[in-house]
Amino acid sequence: MEFLLAIMTGVLYAAGLYMMLRRSLVKLIIGLIMIGNGANLLIFLLGRITKGHPPIISESSDVFTEIYADPVPQALILTAIVISFGLQSFAIILVKRAYKVVKTDDLDEMNTTDEEI
Amino acid sequence: MLIAILIGFVFALFLAFAGKFFKGKLSILISLIPLGLFIYFLQYIPNIASNQIVTESQQWIPSFGVNLDFRLDGLAMLFSLMITGIGTLVFAYTSSYLKGHVYLDRFYAYLLVFMASMLGLVLSDNIISLFIFWELTSISSFFLIGFNNTNPDSRRSAQTALAVTGIGGLLFLAGALILGSIAGTYQISEMIPLSEMIAGNAHYVLAVALIFGAAFTKSAQFPFHFWLPGAMKAPTPVSTYLHSATMVKAGIYLLFRLTPVLGGQEFWNTTLLIVGAVTMFYAAFHTLFRTDLKGILAYSTIAALGILTFLIGLGTHEALLAAGMFILVHALYKATLFLMTGAIDQGTKTRDVTVLSGLRKVMLPIAIAGILAAISNAGIPPSVGFLGKDLIYESTLNFNHSAIFLTGLAVATNVLIAYAGYVTGVKPFIGKLPTGMEHVDYPPLLIWLPPIILGVLGFVFGMFPSLVQESLIKPILTSVGRDPSQVHLKIWHGFTPILGLSVLTISLGLLVYFLWKPTKSKEDFIERFEKFSPKHILESLAVLFEKASDLWTRIFQNGYLRNYISVIIVFLVGLVSLTLLENTTYRIDYSSFSRLTIYEVVTLAIMIMSIGFAVFTKSRLAAVAATGVMGYSICLFFVFYSAPDLAMTQFTIDTLTVILFVLVLYKLPKYLKLSDYKTRVKDTVISIAFGGLITILALEVLAQPVNEEISNYYAENAYILAHGKNVVNVILVDFRGTDTMVEISVLAIAAIGVFGLLKLRLKSSERKQK
Amino acid sequence: MKTIILRTASNYLLPILLLFSIFILLRGHYLPGGGFVGGLIASIAFVLHAFANGLKDTKKLLKFHPGFLMPVGLSLAFLSGLLPVIFFDQAFMTGLWMQDPIPVIGSIGTALFFDVGVYIVVLGVTLTIIFTISESA
Repeated sequence: MEFLLAIMTGVLYAAGLYMMLRRSLVKLIIGLIMIGNGANLLIFLLGRITKGHPPIISESSDVFTEIYADPVPQALILTAIVISFGLQSFAIILVKRAYKVVKTDDLDEMNTTDEEI
Repeated sequence: MLIAILIGFVFALFLAFAGKFFKGKLSILISLIPLGLFIYFLQYIPNIASNQIVTESQQWIPSFGVNLDFRLDGLAMLFSLMITGIGTLVFAYTSSYLKGHVYLDRFYAYLLVFMASMLGLVLSDNIISLFIFWELTSISSFFLIGFNNTNPDSRRSAQTALAVTGIGGLLFLAGALILGSIAGTYQISEMIPLSEMIAGNAHYVLAVALIFGAAFTKSAQFPFHFWLPGAMKAPTPVSTYLHSATMVKAGIYLLFRLTPVLGGQEFWNTTLLIVGAVTMFYAAFHTLFRTDLKGILAYSTIAALGILTFLIGLGTHEALLAAGMFILVHALYKATLFLMTGAIDQGTKTRDVTVLSGLRKVMLPIAIAGILAAISNAGIPPSVGFLGKDLIYESTLNFNHSAIFLTGLAVATNVLIAYAGYVTGVKPFIGKLPTGMEHVDYPPLLIWLPPIILGVLGFVFGMFPSLVQESLIKPILTSVGRDPSQVHLKIWHGFTPILGLSVLTISLGLLVYFLWKPTKSKEDFIERFEKFSPKHILESLAVLFEKASDLWTRIFQNGYLRNYISVIIVFLVGLVSLTLLENTTYRIDYSSFSRLTIYEVVTLAIMIMSIGFAVFTKSRLAAVAATGVMGYSICLFFVFYSAPDLAMTQFTIDTLTVILFVLVLYKLPKYLKLSDYKTRVKDTVISIAFGGLITILALEVLAQPVNEEISNYYAENAYILAHGKNVVNVILVDFRGTDTMVEISVLAIAAIGVFGLLKLRLKSSERKQK
Repeated sequence: MKTIILRTASNYLLPILLLFSIFILLRGHYLPGGGFVGGLIASIAFVLHAFANGLKDTKKLLKFHPGFLMPVGLSLAFLSGLLPVIFFDQAFMTGLWMQDPIPVIGSIGTALFFDVGVYIVVLGVTLTIIFTISESA
């Protein structure tokens, strides 16, 4: 399964990059989301996957008695998910705003920092 | 001493804020700073005369061996007195010369920064702090040359000067670091006993070459001399102070200072001798073709600097004495000539030597100063210039090798310098006053007094050399490790060959002056060779450089997002796969992987389909929905692999993202298929390569053993230390609570950003549309 | 979206979901859950209410701008970290615990207050973003 997940991560990265290379603004954001998910999956995979043993200590014990999934990548990803929501919403609004101001969706036409008067 | 140096910087800063009060009559008060410093340094004269060296040390960056070590010895004393003494006169002169100028306060601030850094330069014993002050002088010089910043020529000259001296500064830093690592110390005084060890080191030549680069650029030696005539665009007080009396001598100072450390070697002496000789003759020859007073003086200054380099290259006892003496002599007469030029320029509004004459009738004190300086410049007794010239000839005649040739060269240079002195210091004042100049204003006191003081000093020191012999000249030799006991300065030596040479110089100079008249056509003639001058070559190089960087920018910084991304990704993929190809053995241990179940396969299939759909669909809504499905599938993976917290978070976030998209979707642009087929194929290749690389990297990492130390620590102590059983949550709110704290702050910032972007009208153009 | 069914349902759903989100928040230290998820669920509750009843009603219900939640939550989280510094002369973010556990919630400590701070910030952030966007859309 790890093998398939590694390929899945690669697919997410590839699709995300392809979308980011497009000229359409909306595609850029979708690409961003895909790469973000790919990164989460990559971190998760590299922390090794374990089935059916969440990192939660059983009620009757003070320490783990069985194997458990690695909690550190989970903590990392949890914050990453929430942060990426902030990033995505900011990016979406930025796109909307840019679209309104520049009146173009074509990234190729947004290649100057100077406002043309 | 630290305070003495810092006071200039502090007051410059103060002027930046309180400058407007000093634009009026108070500006003369600023001259009190250099005057006070001059008196401060004078009080150490007895110490210096009795060979006591004043030192002061302040720790700065001790771990790098960089300290503020100050050391006042004979050489530093001579320079300090020149800097503060001429500084006082220049400051006073400026208050009249630039009276009422809009940026007078700024000008004084630059001058103060320069004075302070120059003092720091000559007093530093640590070669790194010396470098810092060295750079500060270059920077303040840049601002002063470009002071008339509305004039494009002036800006250009400032840039040229900064480029040349700045490159020199970098060379200096490199040289200083090499020298420091050879010697194991950055203290110049500690390097002196190690000089033989340094000379034996394999990197000796490199270090010396770098330091030569610094000194030659700063002191305008051929072929780096060209910035100095350009620097004459600066107001005359600046030319007087920086570009003739002090800053340009910083290179000479450095060579002088390092003579006991690096000198005495074949490479050192020969290079300096050749460069100095070429510079002095080249520049002296050029004075013949200039008609601008400041232009003539600039070239004669370069010639004088060449003489100094030449003398240090000779490196003998007499030569060093001559160099020390000549530094003082030159500062006195050249500063006078520059100040005089400023007065003429201010009075008549021209510096063209071909039209100026007879000015003695309207500005007598200036005429006296000019003529005194010209006499000293030509080396006519009883001026101090005579003493200086004597010592130069003495050192060339007694040199052990091609003495006749060297002396001949020195005489030729001095003849031309003498000519330059006559043209600038005498010609404007004799003869008939041209019409239109009868009503030139009589110069005010602050304009004529400083040059007179300097001019007269040149004679006082000439007639009574004992005034400077014990206090200044002898300690200079001591500070470079030579024995000064044989020094005895006097005007009359009897009838010696040296006297003959002096007479020859003076009279040949007069002869040239009478036979050769500077004209515009002669200046035009020499301008024709401009194409071969180092200046022109450097400028074409600069243009080439500009073009190259323009091309570079066009290719890589073209403003197209996808070009940036693809360049970065292609390089990343290329570099990483190169490393992977070389160092990796591909072994994937399938046995360690978990078994496949039907749920997983189905989820994977859904995910692949949703990704494909999101990429290829033409509808925005469908793409958003597909992205949502992708998120929920990842959520399922988290459920499968024991991450309930992640699953919950991913689920809620995914829901919110879809809501967000739906809210703005219809405000967003429609999908457009903009790229052509070729671009899409190219992008596909890049993307697949990138994705493949990530997969390979992930598999490689999976083949490595995993370090579980941190995870085990958290897991074992979650309940015992933090009273929690959900380890992920314990990590977030307890073990790594500070990280979470910062993270929620970031979230808040993102929200404020969104709020700001939507609620604030950022652009005026947008407001108009509403 | 403003169907009667949804509107009626959302009126009941809002308190239930909010209660659920607080439940998730409080149990976070022992079982899956916590401030992040809790805050997100709470914001979904409000968003749902806004969808059913319109943004105005939801805002009226809230009585204040959700943006104010951000500084409140941030200060709560920061203060809970600062508490050991001020009163017990210990390092920033040292966990402090009451001796006896309380039923349902478990032991109460600074970490719980920190988590509540996270909850409030997440709620504030999400609602600010979504409300701002739907207002201008």
